[in-house]
Amino acid sequence: MSLEVRRGEVVGLLGPNGAGKTTVIKMLLGLVHPDAGEAMLLGRPAPDPAARAGVGYLPELFRYQPWLTAAEVLALHVRLAGVGVPAPEQRDCLSLVGLAERAGDRVGEFSKGMQQRLGLAVALVARPELVVLDEPTSALDPLGRADVRDIVLGMKSRGVAVLLNSHLIGEVERVCDRVVILDGGRVAASGTLAELLGQRLLRLQLTDLSPAAQVRLAATGDVEQAGNWFTVTLPADDDATAVPDLVGDLVALGARVHAVEPARISLEERLLGILRAGDEGGAGGGDKQ
Amino acid sequence: MTTARTVATIAALTLREASRRRVLWALAVLTVALLVLSGWGFSRLAAESGFGTLTSGQARLVASQLLNLVMFGLSLIAALGTAFLAGPTLSGETESGIALSVLARPVRRSAVLLGKWLGLVVFGSGFVVLAGLAQCLVVWVTVGYWPPQPAAALALLAAQTIVLLTLGLLLSTVISPMASGVVAVGLFGATWIAGVVGGVGEALGNEGVARVGTVSRMLLLTDGLWRGAMHAFQDPSAFASFGPEGAAFPFLSDASLTPTYLAWAAVWVAMVWGLAAASFLRKDL
Repeated sequence: MSLEVRRGEVVGLLGPNGAGKTTVIKMLLGLVHPDAGEAMLLGRPAPDPAARAGVGYLPELFRYQPWLTAAEVLALHVRLAGVGVPAPEQRDCLSLVGLAERAGDRVGEFSKGMQQRLGLAVALVARPELVVLDEPTSALDPLGRADVRDIVLGMKSRGVAVLLNSHLIGEVERVCDRVVILDGGRVAASGTLAELLGQRLLRLQLTDLSPAAQVRLAATGDVEQAGNWFTVTLPADDDATAVPDLVGDLVALGARVHAVEPARISLEERLLGILRAGDEGGAGGGDKQ
Repeated sequence: MTTARTVATIAALTLREASRRRVLWALAVLTVALLVLSGWGFSRLAAESGFGTLTSGQARLVASQLLNLVMFGLSLIAALGTAFLAGPTLSGETESGIALSVLARPVRRSAVLLGKWLGLVVFGSGFVVLAGLAQCLVVWVTVGYWPPQPAAALALLAAQTIVLLTLGLLLSTVISPMASGVVAVGLFGATWIAGVVGGVGEALGNEGVARVGTVSRMLLLTDGLWRGAMHAFQDPSAFASFGPEGAAFPFLSDASLTPTYLAWAAVWVAMVWGLAAASFLRKDL
């Protein structure tokens, strides 16, 4: 498999349990040895420590030396990374994840959520070019999740490349520019969200629909009807005029428009579609996998 | 990042861990208890059984044996302390996930292992030398006995600790933290018993039984080094006064260590460390 994360880009890694998401990350970071083949990271072979010089990592299993304080954990990682990050910058990093008040407290006293926040600070502290976040919000409350989202978008704006592994599809959908879907250790699909999700949908609630208005509706794209709700597939090359034009025409043709709302095939539906198609392909081949 | 800086950083971290974990306090309490008890014991011995009534040779003999006995307690504390520190520090960190974020840094695993080992060596040897010296002073103050080669004796005790913690480190790369501590201490005890059995064999002139001690001393060096340390602690005339039966007595040693044995000890430590490194380098985290 090949995975590309460009500067200032957030790439989401999705896939079912056991697809190999965490294993891929650990191979990249030299933590797990591949049975065959080689992994390259930032242009160097993954086992070479120098490849990891510009990488920040928040593991899925986040634990830090319980006998150290939060500030000491950051200082340790700065030293191990061989980067000269002044103390005020390290403190800024702790306040970014909301731990400024707890800098002098032992990590052993931290809750799981606070340890995950600390892990995020550890991943960020040594001025990384690439940040790998493995399930970064698994222990966080909704507020914490929103914080992580802001932090990821902040990194992106600073030109940092972010690889995000999460099974929270909503989270991936909100922050990722591109998504890579893994299944059985292979890339099942990848692309930008627009590419993966394809066409946009529009839901309309209409009454008094004349035959002419129905023709106008059908001319826009495929129509599905449920009661007086109509779901229309918008053209892929929509230049932002399709919706106002359609609504204007429908009103002119005598239809009463109660509601217009954008709809989208959710990433979840798309993911399930890709994974099920993969399973059927495997079953069709007669192989048990 | 240079390997040397990684080694120094991890060694300092290991020392800080040792100082902040309860192990240090447990060690300190046990050691102080041992020092106080032995000080009290030695002073009672001097006062009641009356060192005055013994000849100076007999007095030195009793003091030598008792010093060796107490030093054995000390080396046992050191063995327990370092073995239970060496285990958790490596396999515990691998199990808990602490190692993940450390090893994802631009560091070599061998440098991390060397740093841990170095930190443990400084901690273990530092403890043994300080506590051993304190014990020698206690004996000197209470009964006026000063060992003939205190520096060599303390160095050998430190070497014994290093041997055991290196073994603990190797074990902790393959088995769980607690198990590695238990196995290391178990092997330490087994070798000591094998040494005593070998001594009995020597005293009885039974070569087969005597070989048990020799072979176990070659395989795990803690007992050999311990006997070398005892020899340096005890009065030179002590063993002579017992004759050949002295070999059976577990707190007297008949000969100092040969340079060959010391060289073997160095090779043994390097070899076991190399195995630990090979095992740690291949480990998937």
